Amino acid sequence: MSILESPRAPAAASFRQVVAAGEPFVHQLTAGQCFRILDLEGNQAVDTLFYSAVDPEERYSAVDTIRAQGNIYLTAGSRLLSNRGNTLLTIVADTCGRHDTLGGACSAESNTVRYALEKRHMHSCRDSFLLALAGLDDGMGKRDLSSNINFFMNVPVTPEGQLTFEDGISAAGRYVEMRADTDVLVLISNCPQLNNPCNAYNPTPVEVLVWDTENG
Amino acid sequence: MDILWSEFIPGGAHFSGVVRRGTSLRVTAQEAGGNVSIVLYNYEQLTERYNMADTLKGQHTAFITRNHVLYSDMGRALCSVTDDTCGWHDPMCGVSNAALVEKKYGTARYQEHRNAYHRNGQDSLVNELEKYGLGLKDLDPPLNLFSKVTVDDMGNLRFHENHAAAGARVDLRFEMHCLVALSTCQHPLDPGEAYAPRDVLLECFPSPPPTADDPARTLCPENARAFVNTERMFPSRSGVVGSVA
Repeated sequence: MSILESPRAPAAASFRQVVAAGEPFVHQLTAGQCFRILDLEGNQAVDTLFYSAVDPEERYSAVDTIRAQGNIYLTAGSRLLSNRGNTLLTIVADTCGRHDTLGGACSAESNTVRYALEKRHMHSCRDSFLLALAGLDDGMGKRDLSSNINFFMNVPVTPEGQLTFEDGISAAGRYVEMRADTDVLVLISNCPQLNNPCNAYNPTPVEVLVWDTENG
Repeated sequence: MDILWSEFIPGGAHFSGVVRRGTSLRVTAQEAGGNVSIVLYNYEQLTERYNMADTLKGQHTAFITRNHVLYSDMGRALCSVTDDTCGWHDPMCGVSNAALVEKKYGTARYQEHRNAYHRNGQDSLVNELEKYGLGLKDLDPPLNLFSKVTVDDMGNLRFHENHAAAGARVDLRFEMHCLVALSTCQHPLDPGEAYAPRDVLLECFPSPPPTADDPARTLCPENARAFVNTERMFPSRSGVVGSVA
């Protein structure tokens, strides 16, 4: 795992917003802007999707990203590829060290499978995603929910092929930062999951910061 | 075995069709080192589809083999792997695209090569999906049958060459009516220098409903609940329906 700090100062950010647990966040980035997600209280999974702002059919592709970099974990230097093979964003700083893109987003339906049929009625990331997309008024919906990134989430895979959700490796104050290489739409669900250790059983707020240039 | 229908799929070709609950699809590699990228949709509601992440986290696995269940994004069992002679199918690496195929294998257009022209996994699957009103946005990560990719302690991928022998087969028992789309293009990490996609055979045969002690249903409690969610679409007093057995 590599740790790479950012030279950008929060005071110089052009945009800052705290996103409460269980809430979505939508924002458009222009090419060249830098975008940070800050884990305010620690071990908070941030489920994130990216779309080309020009044509949302072009979107972040977990499998293309994994295959192109030959590694399943995301960290500084990872290029976040689209389903057309273009780089949407590049991770330019990371003080957590490793992020998941295999674990997907929780939903009412997956909660029934993973935990108990009675867990259907708990809040979930896909409910946040669906309402956020419904509010965009551009025809996006469920078909636009593809494999996402889980920033700050720890989903190790063993050489034998086992996959588990483990305690987070993030902590209060850790962050991940990426440069938009094209104009992108960001869609976040700050995860409300209470049934596994991805949020340390206590979902907490995160902060989103944007700088207009890579130099801050 | 009572074969209801069969279809020979040449290497590099693409195919789609409906496979109903109560039937199984056997996929048999005709040559060593083959790959079949497959995606599944609920035929009654095409926005419901095979979901890689839900499938993997539900069964705590990064590969698919016998007794694993392929889950939809709506928490239902789409199909179960009831037989598997090669032990590992890759869900994590996606498909090739036009740029990757041209870079690895060079250009081979239809004009000069007729039906031996170079095809790629992404365009092949999109080609099939468009026939049902679906498209690129509906192409979620496929399951790559017959391909093995492992991960080391640092997360680095390793492709295992010629993982599946000629004659390797996998049986998928369908628990719901599904639209199946597949491509026999090479795996995107196949290091072979030649464009050499391999042939496969599809055979559809009847399969009885899964019993209460079915090995896919009982593999883990998550699978039992995914079966409950599916069986609520087909309620019946005679089957194992509505409760976790």
